This record gives sequence, structure tokens and C-alpha cells, in this order.
Amino acid sequence: MKAKKKPAAARTLKKLPAKRPVGKYVLRLYVAGATERSRQAVQRVRELCQTELAGHCQLAVIDIYQQPKLARANQIVATPTLVIEFPKPVRRFIGNLSNTTGLFLKLEVPTKGKIAL
Amino acid sequence: MKKNGQPRTSPITLLPKCPTGIQGLDEITGGGLPRGRPTLICGGAGCGKTLFGAEFLVRGAVQFDEPGVLMAFEETEKELTANVASLGFDLAGLVRRKMIVVDYVHIEPGDTQQSGDYDLEGLFVRLGHAIDSIGAKRVVLDTLEVLFASLPNEAILRSELRRLFRWLKEKGVTAVITAERGRESLTRHGLEEYVSDCVILLDHRVNDQIATRHLRVVKYRGALHGTNEFPFLIGEEGLSVLPITSLALNHKVSNERIATGIPRLDAMLGGRGFFRGSSILLSGTAGTGKTIISSNFAQAAGRRGERTLFFSFEESPNQIIRNMHSIGLRLEPLVKKGLLRFHSQRPSLYGLEMHLATMFKEIAAFKPQVVIVDPITSLMDLGTVSEGKGMVTRLIDYLKAGQVTTLFTSLTQGGHALQQSEAGMSSLMDAWLLLQDFEGNGERNRVLYVLKARGMKHSNQIREFLISDHGIDVVDAYIGASGVLTGSARVAQSDLEKAAMLASQQEAAMLEREVERKRKALERQISDLRSDYEGEALELRRIAEQVGTRTLLLGTERAASGLLRQADIKVGPVARDKPRTGKRN
Repeated sequence: MKAKKKPAAARTLKKLPAKRPVGKYVLRLYVAGATERSRQAVQRVRELCQTELAGHCQLAVIDIYQQPKLARANQIVATPTLVIEFPKPVRRFIGNLSNTTGLFLKLEVPTKGKIAL
Repeated sequence: MKKNGQPRTSPITLLPKCPTGIQGLDEITGGGLPRGRPTLICGGAGCGKTLFGAEFLVRGAVQFDEPGVLMAFEETEKELTANVASLGFDLAGLVRRKMIVVDYVHIEPGDTQQSGDYDLEGLFVRLGHAIDSIGAKRVVLDTLEVLFASLPNEAILRSELRRLFRWLKEKGVTAVITAERGRESLTRHGLEEYVSDCVILLDHRVNDQIATRHLRVVKYRGALHGTNEFPFLIGEEGLSVLPITSLALNHKVSNERIATGIPRLDAMLGGRGFFRGSSILLSGTAGTGKTIISSNFAQAAGRRGERTLFFSFEESPNQIIRNMHSIGLRLEPLVKKGLLRFHSQRPSLYGLEMHLATMFKEIAAFKPQVVIVDPITSLMDLGTVSEGKGMVTRLIDYLKAGQVTTLFTSLTQGGHALQQSEAGMSSLMDAWLLLQDFEGNGERNRVLYVLKARGMKHSNQIREFLISDHGIDVVDAYIGASGVLTGSARVAQSDLEKAAMLASQQEAAMLEREVERKRKALERQISDLRSDYEGEALELRRIAEQVGTRTLLLGTERAASGLLRQADIKVGPVARDKPRTGKRN
């Protein structure tokens, strides 16, 4: 990706330029089996993808029980872990994502578009 | 699987053990770490925790054929490989041969956000996968506590760690968990709460500017273990714990005696010198000739074709060779022939442990029959009294096991504290020679005596010895009114004795002559008497003959006249008397 970082001027939540990022969000959610915690996390991320990031989101849910090698390759320690691989920088969220406010803030989702590319 | 470390003698305390292969540690713990259970290794920064873990795995893989997993939280695989390569461990090779898996766990605290409830299943899965992929028996987690710094919510972490240790036990792997030492507790985050089977504390502390590493088994559930603090080293071959108590007193003994190189000293030791394999202490104040006697000993060994290793902590080899040359001891040929090797080091170069390890290594390489440590006291000054004593014990035990005769010199302070200060060491020694200065009559003279010599008859005399240009000369003892005489007093006494001897010799000769004279006089008398007697006897015999002849004539005449007178003849008795009379004359 030829991601060019824009200055941090676009950080304010009030001014919301109506532009979508050029690329798609790449989200990977690592869970460990079908636990309640996993279920909650999957549900939250799905909600996010269907609402805020609708159409701009590529989500993969990985069960590390099935693919333990991926856990090692991607430095997964805690589960569930949500890894935002794009846009850069890579960000990680651990937990069942019950506190979505923080998540969205980090994702800069409320900007409705203007995400640095 | 192998169970090398199991104590086979006591079936009741059969706690399976997992040998670490770390020199000395298995002796302290009676066979190794508890098999199938986690062990906590805690200690401050730079005390060797990671190395302990790495060595446990590498030795497990190489020596005991037990694959292992190293989960590193602090160092990458590359860093670890490089670090342990300096100790001769080929981590990369073991990884290639699928004997070891290194999993570097990296959590960047900056880019991780917590949002709600989580668990550490990721860690479990990675560990489980690694264990299963090579059938690991050993696991090292170095250092789990990083998690506390990088993951939020300590409560979750704690419960997850508790679960982790339980899970490790269920897996049946022998785990080593390293942890940073806390201020007041064993570990900073209280991991000892969860790992309760075996806790080993590593320590690195500086005493008088000399750093020594120590290891202590704080806790070992269900097993006897050495509870002392044991010094350990990180050497070229990894860790080595040098336990003081592990060596039993059961070494072989020799009846062979070896000469000291000073014939009259041998004479003081029952005539034949020291026992082979004994430990000898040679103590004395400065300038009493300790190094010289040691060199004599070395030379005597060289003459027998034996190798001597000379640890010198005060002088350089060349200096010793030069100095000994001045008193007629030629050490250089021995060095050239490979029968004598010097190892000179300043005592302050390393700590006690490192010195000991260096000495062990030198001894193992040179395989000497005689070892000289000159002086042991400068080494002992490096640590506390008990550390020093422990070191000497270990050195002696090591040398005795190899039947190496050892001569320790000990520099003592003047005065009466002399024997007291070495009381601790003396019990370790089989023989103890004391060298002393005697001051008096304006001179200073050297004496030596045998304070003890186990198992041999030895002289109780204090003997003066001289250092001449042909070495050590033990001279006769002269006892004066105020004790042993030395120096010019001894010479004076010797002269006196000589004069007395001469006088008595003369007197004896005179008496002899008198006796001879008397004997001769007597003999003269006897011969006079004999010649008198012989003269008289001759005369008497002559007279007797005359008397006999007369009697015969008389008898004949009487018979004749009796015939004439018709008388009763009494010729018979007369006739019978005749020969008797003749004989008598």
C-alpha cells in the first residue's frame, strides 16, 4: 500500500469530511474456540463492519484452535484479539470488545471518512 | 523416557526428578528439578535466569534426549541463539533438529488496547502447539512477568497464570519459569504464589568489589535438598554450581610416601616424607621460606618424574625461577621438560568462585601429581572466612579425589594469633608445618616444626633451618636453658658441646692408659712370682729326689740288716711307700 500519512489535522471529531478511505479496512479477529467471550467479540466486530464500516471492511475471524500456527505468526497472546491490519499502523484490541466507544475512537470511525491513507 | 535423576536407593521418597545437567545443581537437589512440575527461578537482573533456562533446555535435549520449548518474552530467537552460543550451545542447530522450539512472544504495550474481558488462550495455544509439535518434555518461560507490564487488568492475568501453571502440570512437562526478584518478596509480581513445588533463587552480589553468584534452593516440596547458598559460575561451558557439601569423605588413600626434597625434613616425618594425596599446610610469617620449601617440594616431584602445578598468587613465574636459582634450586629445566607449570594470577583478578573454577580447569588440563598453592591466604582474603574455608574444602576434596598431593602455603600475621587464625583451615589439612622466626641475640633465625602429621610418626622437635646457596638445610637441634637455640647461640652451644666432648674424650683416654699401666704392673708381678715359684719348685724336686734315693737305700739296708737279725720284716709298707715317695718328689 502506498499509504501516505496526512498530518494529524483531521483528528477533530466535529469536522467530518465526507470522504471514505481509499482502501478497505482489514480486520482480523482471533478467537479461541466457541466461548461466550468469542461470541461476543465476533458479534461486536460484525456489527461494526455492518454499520460504521459497511462496504469498507474486510473481516476474517480466525479460530486459533484450528490454526495455532497463525497465533504464533501474528503474536497472539490474549484472546479475543482484534487486529486492524489496515490502515496502518497496526492496532490491536484485546478483550470481548464490550467497550466499543474506545474501540471506535481508536478506529477513528466517527470521522465518517477522512482516514489517513 | 529416561529417568536419570531418580534416587534409586530410597523407594519411599520417589519423587520423580528431571536432571538439569547443570554441573552441581543435580547434586544439591538430589537429582534435578521436580519432574512434570513447574519450578520458579527468581533473581535480580543479570543473575543468569535466562541462561539457567536455556541451559536446562539445551542439556535436556543433548544429554537426556528430552525436547524442550523456550517461550521467550524478552529476547528474540536470534538474540538468544547468539547469547547462548558464547557458552557453546548450538541453539539454532537444536531448533533445526526439532529438539527445541523457540517462540518469541512479543507484546507491544503501546499498540494494544483492552476492551473488555479477555483470556490468555493465545499463549496456551501457542505453547500447546509448540509442545505437541516436538513432543516436548521441558518448557521454559522467560520471563512471564513481562505480561504484567504489557497487558492490562492484573486480576485477569493472575487468574490466567494460575490456570497456566495448572495446565502445565496437566501437560506433564517440567517447566522452568523465570521471574524478576521483588523488593520484599521473591518475585516482583508474586509468582511464587502459584509455583509452589520448587523455587530456586539466584543472586549476584558484590562483596569488597568482587562479584559472586549464588544459588539457593528456597523450596523443594517433597524432596531433600541442600538449603545452603551455593556459589555458582557462568563459565565457558555454562553454569556450574560448586556444591560444598556434595562431596563425600570417601576418597581413596595411598600408603605411598613422597619425599619433600629436604632429606632432614623427611627424617622429621618418620623418615619418609608425606603421604601421597595428602594436603599439607605450610604456614609462617613473611620471609620464613614458604616459597622455598614449596619449590623444593616441586623439585623433588620433578626428580621423581611427576608433574607439579604451581599456583602463585604473589610472584610471577620468572621471578620465582630467578629467586630459587639464587639458592641453587633449578626450576627452569623442570618447566622446559613439562614437569612444572606455573599459574600466576593476582588474587583480585576474579572472585573466589572464578579462581576456583580456573584452578579446576588448570588441574584437569595439566593432570599434576603435586599442586602447590602459594599462598592460599591471599585467595581466602577475597571472601568471608566461611567462603574461603568452603573454597579450600572444595579444592582439597577435588584434589584428594584425584590423589593429588597439595601443598598450601599460608601467610600468617605475627604474634599469637598465628595458630588461631588457621584453626579453621587446619582441620582440613593432613599435615601442618609451621615456619617461624626466632628473634634473639640480635638476630633473626628460622625454625620449623611439624605441628601435625596425620598417620605418621613425626618429630616433636623445633628445628632450625638455614637457607644457603644450595637450598634448605635443616640443622641439628640444640636445646639450651631457655629453649631451643638458634643462630649464633646454637653455634656457641655447639662449640661448648664440642669442647666438653673433647675433654671427656681425653679423660677417657687417660683412664684407659692407667688401666693398661696397672695391668702391665700386675703382669710383671705375676711373672716374677711365677719365676720364683719355678725356681723353688726345681730346688724342692731336686731335694725330694735326694730324699727318695736315701730312703730306698735305708730300706735296703734295713732289710739287709733285718735278715741278718732274723727280725720280723716290715719291708712291705716300706716297699709300698717307695713309689709314693718317689712320685711325690
